[in-house]
This record gives sequence, C-alpha cells and structure tokens, in this order.
Amino acid sequence: MAEAPNSHPGTNIFHPGSTPADAIYHLSHLVLSVTALIFAVVATLLIYVIAKYRDKGTGDRREPAQVYGSTQIELAWTVLPVLIVVILFLATARVIHGIQDAVRPPAAMEVTAIGHQFWWEFRYPALGIVTANELHVPVSDPANPTPTFLKLLSADTDHSFWIPELAGKTDLIPNRINEMWIDPHQTGPYLGQCAQYCGTQHAKMLLRVYVDTPEEFQQWVTLQKRPANVDEGVGEGRRVFETTACVNCHAIAGTAAIGTFGPDLTHLMSRETIASGAAENTEAQLKLWIENPDAIKPGSLMPAMKLNSRDSDALVAYLRTLH
Amino acid sequence: MSSDAISIGAADLRGRPIVEVLHDWVVTVDHKRLGILYILYSLVFLVVGGIEATIMRIQLIRPHNDLVSPQVFNRMFTMHGTTMIFLVAMPILFGFANYLVPLMIGARDMAFPRLNAWSFWITAFGGLLLNFSFIGGSGLYGAGSAPDAGWFAYAPLTSRAFAPGHASDYWAVALLVSGFGSVGTAINIITTVLCMRCPGMKLSRMPLLAWLNFVMSGMVLIAITPLTAAQVMLLVDRYLGGHFFDTQAGGSATLWMHFFWIFGHPEVYILVIPAFAFVSEIIPVFSRKPIFGYPVMVGATVCIAFISLSVWAHHMFTIGMNSYANSFFTITTMAVGVPTGIKIFNWIGTMWGGKIQFKTPMLFCIAFLFQFLIAGLTGIMLSAAPFNWQLSNSYFVVAHFHYVIVGAILFALFGAFYYWFPKMSGKMYSEVLGKWHFWLFVIGFHLTFDFMHIPGLLGMPRRIYTYEPGRGWESWNLICTIGVFFQGIATVIFLANLIWSYFAGPEAGNDPWDAWTLEWSVSSPPPDFNFATIPSVASRRPLWDLKHPEDPDSVYE
Repeated sequence: MAEAPNSHPGTNIFHPGSTPADAIYHLSHLVLSVTALIFAVVATLLIYVIAKYRDKGTGDRREPAQVYGSTQIELAWTVLPVLIVVILFLATARVIHGIQDAVRPPAAMEVTAIGHQFWWEFRYPALGIVTANELHVPVSDPANPTPTFLKLLSADTDHSFWIPELAGKTDLIPNRINEMWIDPHQTGPYLGQCAQYCGTQHAKMLLRVYVDTPEEFQQWVTLQKRPANVDEGVGEGRRVFETTACVNCHAIAGTAAIGTFGPDLTHLMSRETIASGAAENTEAQLKLWIENPDAIKPGSLMPAMKLNSRDSDALVAYLRTLH
Repeated sequence: MSSDAISIGAADLRGRPIVEVLHDWVVTVDHKRLGILYILYSLVFLVVGGIEATIMRIQLIRPHNDLVSPQVFNRMFTMHGTTMIFLVAMPILFGFANYLVPLMIGARDMAFPRLNAWSFWITAFGGLLLNFSFIGGSGLYGAGSAPDAGWFAYAPLTSRAFAPGHASDYWAVALLVSGFGSVGTAINIITTVLCMRCPGMKLSRMPLLAWLNFVMSGMVLIAITPLTAAQVMLLVDRYLGGHFFDTQAGGSATLWMHFFWIFGHPEVYILVIPAFAFVSEIIPVFSRKPIFGYPVMVGATVCIAFISLSVWAHHMFTIGMNSYANSFFTITTMAVGVPTGIKIFNWIGTMWGGKIQFKTPMLFCIAFLFQFLIAGLTGIMLSAAPFNWQLSNSYFVVAHFHYVIVGAILFALFGAFYYWFPKMSGKMYSEVLGKWHFWLFVIGFHLTFDFMHIPGLLGMPRRIYTYEPGRGWESWNLICTIGVFFQGIATVIFLANLIWSYFAGPEAGNDPWDAWTLEWSVSSPPPDFNFATIPSVASRRPLWDLKHPEDPDSVYE
C-alpha cells in the first residue's frame, strides 16, 4: 500500500518520495562517503604538513633536504585514485541505466508537459485533459506501480522540470522531445520550479505536483473532463471575457475562447494558485492579476487588461465560477 | 649564468611630462608593460564584476526582496559571469604570463611584441564594447540594455524573437573580438616558449609556470575556435536570417549548448592551469624545497588538458542525452580527478620535509590547496550524472564553480600578486595589510560559498531574482550575503596595499624571497629587455645553482 501522506511539502533532495529521487539519494550516499573520506585523508595530511614542517624560527639558515620526487609514491597516488574512479563510475552507471532505461509498465500514465514563458501546460492525451501549473498524478504503490511518464516539450525557450523530492530535473527544449518519469509513494503536494533560465520571470515559474489517492485522482479526472461551468448569474462577466483580448491567449472549453498562449481556464477554480504559483487563487489576487500583472510577476507576458471596474468585477465573478 | 644583468637599473621615468609617460604606455610593445596593462585592466573589471555580484547578493538577502527588478537582476548575473570570465580571469592570467614567461625562460621579450600589443588592445576593446551595451544595447527597439541571457547565453534566448535590441549583438561581438586577443596571446606564448628559451634551458628544465602556460595556450587555440564559430553563427542568425539556433524556424537549441560547452569546459582549465602554475612556483620557494615530481606535474597537466576536451557535456546532463552518452561523460569527468589529485599530492609532497614560511603568498597558496580540494570533491559529486540531475542549475553548482574560480583561481592569483609585486614594482608590500586581506577574504569566502551549497541541496535553482519563503533557504542566503561584505573589505585592503606599497613601500631588492628562477636575477623592476647578457642555465633552478655551488641541482637532474 502507499505510505502516509507527505506532510511537509518541501524541495529537499535528501527527502525522496519517488523511485528516481530515491535511487539518486542512495547513490549520493556512496558519493558523499567516498568524497568525505578523500577529504579527511588529504586535509589531515595537509594540516599535518603545515604544523610539522613550518619554519620554527630557530635562526637555522640551512636549507632542508632537497628531495626531487619518488616514482613509487607517484605510482601509489595514481593507482589508488584510478581504482576509486572505477568504483564510483560503475555505481553511477548502474543508477543511470536504472532510471533512464526503466521499462514502462502498462499501467503507466502519460502526461505531456509543455514549458512556456513563464508557466507550465499539462496535457493528458489519454484522458483528454488540458490544465496548467498544477500537475495531478495518482500515487504509486511500490508493490503495484502506477508511474507517470512525462513527455517534455517547450513552446519557446529552454525550461527544466524539477520537483526535487520526486526526481532529478530534465530540460524542456524547443524542437526536442525529452522524457522522465515519477512514481510518488506518498500522497500530498510536492513543490518545485523551473530550473533552466528561461527569461525575465524564470524565478516565478513555480511548479506543483499533487499526488492523489486513486479515488481522489479519479474524481479530479471526472471534474476536469466536464465542460466549463455555465452560470447564468455571471453572463456579464462571460461576455467581457469573450469580447476582449482574453480569448487571444486563453481557452475555456465550450466557449469562443480557444487561445493557446496562456493557461487553459476551463477549470481555473480547481487550482490553488494563479500566475504559475506566484499568487494564491483568491478573488483579490485574481482581480490584481487581471488589472496589473506586474504587481505579482513583473515581466510576465500577461498584459494589464485595462478594464473599467464594472467589467473587471464581472470578469472576476465569472472566472470564480469556473470550477 | 651571468651576474652582469643584476647591475642594470630600470629607466628613470620621473620628471617627464605625464602625457609622454602615458603615450609610452599606449604605444608600448614591451611584454612587461603589456603584462601590467592586462593586470590593471582586469583589476578594474574585477571591481565592476564584484559590484554586480554584490547587487545580486543584496537582492537575495531575503525572500521577495525588491531592490532590483527581474530585468536588472538578469542583466547583473549575465554581466557578472561574462565579465569575470572574459574580462577578469583570462586577461589577468594572460597578464601574468606575459610578464613572467619571458623573464623565467631568459628571453628579452615575447616572440611577437607587436602581436602582443594588438592582442591586449583588441581584448580591451572587447571589454569596453560589452560594457558599452549598458547604454548602447537598447538599439532601435528601446528594448533592454545590457545582455540578459546568462553568460552561456542558451539559444533561443539570444534569437531575434527573445532578444530584441542589440544586447546580444554586443555580447557576441565583444566575445568574438576578445577571442581574437586570446588567440593572439596564445600563439605568442607558444612561440615564445618553443623558440626563445635561453641556452641550456631544455623543455625539461623550464620552470613549471612556463610549462603550464604553454599547455594553457595550446588549449586556448583549441577551445576559442568553437566559441568563435558559435558567435559567428549567432550573428548570421541575427543579421543574415540564418537558422542555426533559431528554434522557431527549426534551429537547434542543443547545437548552441554543444558549441558553447566544448569551449566552456576547457575554459575552466584554461583558467585553472595558470593558477596551478603560480602555486607550483610559490609553494617550493616558501617550503625551501624543489617541486616534488616535476616530470609528473608536467605530465599531469598535459593529461588534464587532453581529458578536459572530452568532458563538455557534463554541463548538459539534464538535456536528455541517452544513458550511454551520460555514462561516457561521467567517466571522462571523473577521470580528470586522477591527474588533478596527483597535483595536489605533489604540492603536499613539496611541503613535506620543508621549512614552510607563512608569508602572504604562501598563505594564499595553502588556502588554495584546501579550497581546490573541496572544489574537486564537489566536482566529483557533480560528475555522477544522476546526482547531477538534482544538483545541476542549483545553487550547489554556483557554490561549486565559485569554489574553483574564487577559492582556487582567485586565491592563487592573490598569492601571485604578493609574490611578484616586489619584482614588478620594485617595492615591498605591507605584510600586515597582506595578512588582513588574507584572513578577511578567507572568512568572507567561506561565509559566502560554503553556505551556498546548502540552498542548492534544498532545491534552490540559480538565476532566480527572488524566491519563495518557507523552503528553508532564507538563513543560508542571508549568511552568503554577509560574506560578500567581508570579501569587499578585503579587496579594498588589497588594492590599498598595492597602491600604498607602490608609492611608499620599502625597496624590495632583486631577490626578496631567496628564490631560484631567472626573474629574480635581474633588478626590480626588471630593466628594458630584461637581460643585458642572455643567461645560460644548467638546471631547473639556476639561482639555486648560483647560490649553492657546492650542491647544484644540475648534478641530480
């Protein structure tokens, strides 16, 4: 069975919650022990030499014995490091192979992640779902794994997908398809962010992965597959949305809005954050984001919409119904 | 070995009009003056790059700080990196090589003095061009000023679509022309070493400093070529409608990465090998022993040079290479550790059984040994591809390469400054100020760069102008920033020491360290054309032979 929920969402690489991160964690133990040992030996030698052979200021002007080298000693400190390198390499190659050449089980889920300046688009081709910034995946029972395989693409510049507690990072590069996989063992939220400089707002291209129980995940899928909520009470806001520049970049399923430059808003309210994690998804933040995105994320590609306050309120009210 | 040279003093410049003196410096083809010009030029940019770093560190002192905008922060890290590598580290090391190589091999100048002057001035032009972008980079678009694509300028951030204005053009052209200067100097050093050695100075008797700069120059010829090619391709993309790196028209982002890093990794060794060279001269003199295992030191350097040409893609472990490529670059990268380890052991072997004098240059070399050891070990961690998938592009990497560039290269450089300052200026520096500089810099360096590893392990990526609270990064970033001020004060003391000592320091004499290589046989500063009569040598330590006729090295080599 899956383990208890991940109670402390963090970004510590030494707190692995998925097989790839775990394999790296164990490899790091070996690497850290070997390097610590080398450090201890060489640093001790160095300190010993400094302490022992300092000029004691006895006024003895004679030069010490002039030694030019020793073939045996040179050979020893060549061969030993070679052996260490061979051991480290073999251990590393095993982990590289284990992670990169892992066989994809039939139960694996596929997600396509597309990097944009400065947000994440997630597509579930088998489920017909499109969402943004917050990736939902089912928890994977180690005994009966249901990993998620990510296909990584970029719409513009280089980006890098990094959730430290789930896996190492893999870049999203234009004109190239990269792959990575995760099989989270604990439910709960996992944090990360873009790890390859991608332009002005690289810093606020934050990333969240929600690991759900199979039931929660199924519920989420059912919700996401529904068409957008239609609430006659916010028809005014919907009119504003559909008749201004919003539709150039954003899509809401079932409306005239089919833009793809910005996040799909069909189920905007199912997400906890907006602006790729830069702000909480509250009414006030949503209004601020529409009126003055630079206040939250200076340099983001979302323009200030310059609506009058009536339209602006109506628009926010409409967006707040998109569950 | 002739002692005639010792009696010739430097030309007396006092009492001449300032314009005439400046004119002399501008038209000079003297290797010593060009060396000093290189060094002064780099010191100016060291301060500029340091200010850029300080701005970044203050911005990161706490989460959601708003000292600078993201646009300014991105320019700062781009300009800091580009400045420190291309306008500080390379020219300052070329400066020392220029000054010292002819003196140490008993030559009167470099092989091509006018090429030497041209190399300096074209490099200087490149530096000015890059920094002119702060005011000239916006071009007709009014977009941006200095480049902001990072010092490795990954495509497609440099393409027209993502970099309107001329910032990227300034960046590309500046690196292109300073690359011409680097190639010119490299050709000059290689030719000088091969053709200008004094009688008796076989390659096997050449001081390690000359040897290591010789190897470094060979690497420059190999590594600058792909960089130049990449800049030309980038300019073709930007001006002639090419699509090498223009991903929106089917170009390749990874092509740029390969071109850049096949330059970029050897570049690290181009910078660190001259640092090895300083340490290999300073440690023996202050341990009062010859270098341990001279032939092995030369061999290890050549070995590093060759291996370093096959490791570049370890900067690209996260781009999705297949498992065989990742394994290959893991083993080659780890293999660099072997010759590098041999060097560290040989330096310790040199100190073993010696009589170590803790003068300022030696203190910097000892700190170099500790810090280079740690830099090497974090390098081993980064070489393990899976571990690298976590660490790459995080603050751990930033800490690692600053350990190399500051902890090793800059420390060795400071050691070199104090060691050769008496020779270059004729004056002795202040040992008290030197030690203040050393200890404050050590404290500042360790506060900043030791603690910088930790946020990397906690998932903090590099190149972010701000960060979220609550991820455990705050206190580490605060400590890193505090360390910067120690380094800043130490640098001010260093510059003050140089200036004060130049004007008011005691006379240094020809040979203040009781050293063994040829530069110490001539006056301080050395006369025009260095040697009145070309010396001839019989061993690696000609001045040892002169001072100890009863027990000369020439008997043992």
